[in-house]
Amino acid sequence: MIIMSSAHRPWSPNLALTLKEVVHIASLVRIGMSEQDLESFRDELSKILDQFEVLKTIDTENVAPTAHPVDINNVFKDDIATEPLDSEAVLSNAPRREDLYFRVKAVLEE
Amino acid sequence: MPLVERTSTSGSRRSSKNSPWGLPMNELYTLTAHEAADLLRDRKISSVELTKVHLERIGAVESDVQSFVSITEDVALADAAAADKRIAMGDGGPLTGIPMQLKDNIVTCGVKTTCSSRMLENFIPPYDATVTLRLKEAGAVLLGKGNMDEFAMGSSTENSAFHPTRNPWLLDCVPGGSSGGPAAAVAAGEALYALGSDTGGSIRQPASFCGVVGVKPTYGLVSRFGLVAFGSSLDQIGPLTKDVQDAAEVLAATAGYDPNDSTSIDRQVDNFSQNLRGEIKGMRLGVPREYLDGLDEQVEGVLQRAINKLQELGASIDYEVSLPSTSHALAVYYIVAPSEASANLARYDGVRYGLQVPDAESIWDAMEKARQRGFGTEVKRRIMLGAYALSAGYYDAYYLKAAKVRTLIRHEFDEAFKKLDALVTPTSPTLPFRFGERSTDPVSMYRSDVATIPVNIAGIPALSIPAGFVEGLPVGMQIIGPALSEPKLFQIAHAYEQATGWHKLRAPVN
Repeated sequence: MIIMSSAHRPWSPNLALTLKEVVHIASLVRIGMSEQDLESFRDELSKILDQFEVLKTIDTENVAPTAHPVDINNVFKDDIATEPLDSEAVLSNAPRREDLYFRVKAVLEE
Repeated sequence: MPLVERTSTSGSRRSSKNSPWGLPMNELYTLTAHEAADLLRDRKISSVELTKVHLERIGAVESDVQSFVSITEDVALADAAAADKRIAMGDGGPLTGIPMQLKDNIVTCGVKTTCSSRMLENFIPPYDATVTLRLKEAGAVLLGKGNMDEFAMGSSTENSAFHPTRNPWLLDCVPGGSSGGPAAAVAAGEALYALGSDTGGSIRQPASFCGVVGVKPTYGLVSRFGLVAFGSSLDQIGPLTKDVQDAAEVLAATAGYDPNDSTSIDRQVDNFSQNLRGEIKGMRLGVPREYLDGLDEQVEGVLQRAINKLQELGASIDYEVSLPSTSHALAVYYIVAPSEASANLARYDGVRYGLQVPDAESIWDAMEKARQRGFGTEVKRRIMLGAYALSAGYYDAYYLKAAKVRTLIRHEFDEAFKKLDALVTPTSPTLPFRFGERSTDPVSMYRSDVATIPVNIAGIPALSIPAGFVEGLPVGMQIIGPALSEPKLFQIAHAYEQATGWHKLRAPVN
C-alpha cells in the first residue's frame, strides 16, 4: 500500500495543484469544464498526485527507464501496397462530411 | 447462499431419457466450450440450436445481469448456420460454432463498438480487430459486445456510460472491471466464453469476482490491432472462460504474430492445451509476502487453503520470496497508464467519428464540447492526470521516474523466476464489493488492482482461477509466471482445478 505523509516532499515545493494549473491542463487536453468540474478535479488530482510522492524516495540513480516491456526495436513492414479501407464505410462515421471529405469548422481564426 | 452444482457431469442428468446428449436442451448454457464442441463434433446438437439456447438464456437473465452493450442476434444466427456447414464438412475446430461475447473495445467490422462511452455510442468500425478475424476464421459465433468501464478505465464496470453490470453470484455486488461484462456473461451462462482486455487487471479481477478463469497473456503474445488503445505498453487481450481447458483453446486461437501490431512477438504459438493432463509434482511455487499485505482475512483463508492444495499436489511452496517494489507498482501504473491514455485518447476530436456536437462555434469549441460531453468523469480524470505527468517541468519527476521504477519491478520478477516456476497470490485483496462502495473515492478504487498491476508493468503473463467462496461470493487465485510461460501456468491451474472442482459451480442467477 502506498502510504506517504504530506510532510515528506523532498523537492516539490507545492504539490497540491492550483486552480490555474488545472485550467491549463484542461486546455492542453481540450476538454471543456465548468467551474465546479475544475474545482473537483483540482481536489481529486491533488490527492492522487500525493500517492505518487513515494516514488521520490526510491533510488533510481543508475536505472534505465522501461518504456515498453519487450525489447523490440525498429520494427519495419515491407512496402507493399494493400487495399485501403472503403471510403464510404470510413466516412459513414463522420459527424459532418462533404463528398469524400470530413467537414470541419474553419481551422484558421481571424 | 446455496451454490448450484453444475449439472452436466452428474449421472442423473446424463441419463435423462429425452436428451441423448445428456442435458436438457435448455440447460446447454451450463456447459463449457469444449464440452459443447464435443457435442457439435458428434452432431448431437447444432450450432444454431446451441446459439438459440444462449439467446434464450440472455433473454432470461440479461435484465438482471446486463453484461451486454449490444446483442447481435442476426449475426449470431448467421455465424451459427455457417459453422454448422463447416462442421458438416468435417472442417470444424475447437471453437467452431461456439457462441461468445467480445468486450466492446474490440472492433468488429459493421458491428457497433462503443467502449461503453457516449463518445463512441454510434461508432461502427470499418474493419475487424485481428482477434475478431482469427475467431471468425475459427468459426466463432458472435452473440454481442460486452459492457465495460468506459475506455477500460475502472475496476467495477460502474464507469460504463450506459449501465452497470451486476455480479451473477450476488446482484448487489459489482462484477469487477473493466471487463465486467465479459466476466459476468460467462459466469451467468450468457456466453460460452468471452474476450476481455487487461491493462492493470481488467481480465483477472473481474474473473476473480465472477468465479471464472481469466488470462492476461504475455505482452505481445496476442495482437492489439483493433483493440481500442488505452495504455499501449500495458494492454493485452485475453480469454474469460469457465475452465482452464477453454482458456487454453481460446488463447491458442487468438495468439500469434501479427504484422499489424509492431509489438507482436514473432514466434511459434505453443499448443496450450497439450500440458493439461500433466502433474505439478516438484513444481517450485512462491508466495511473495508483499501480496499478503492488507489482504481481507476471508480472502487470505481461501488463498491459504488453495496453496495447501497445491502443496498436496506435490508443488513446493516458498513463503520467503520478497518483491519489495510491489508497493510502488500502483504509483507507477497510475502515472504510466494515464500518460499513455492521454495520448491515445487525443484522437477523439469529434471530426472523423465520435460524438456529434451541433452547437459548436469553432473547431476548438467543437472539440472541447465533444470531449466534455463524450467522456465520463474517470476518463477525464485520467487524461488530465496523464497530460500533467507528461507536461513540461513534470515529465522527469513523474513519467521518467515511473519508467525507471518500472525497470526495478521487472528485475525483481526476473530474479524471483530464477528460482521459481511461478508465483501464487490473491487476484484481488477483497471480495466483490457493493455498488457505490468505492465509486466516490478514486484512490480506494485504484487499490482494487494492487495485486494485478505489477504483472502488466512487467509485461509477464498471469491468470486468475476460482479458488473458493466466502458467503457465496467467488474468490480467485492469481498465478504469475515469466514471459511466455503460459503452458506452465495452464498446467498448474488445470491441476488445481481438477483437484478442487470449483469450476463446476454455476452462479445462481435465473
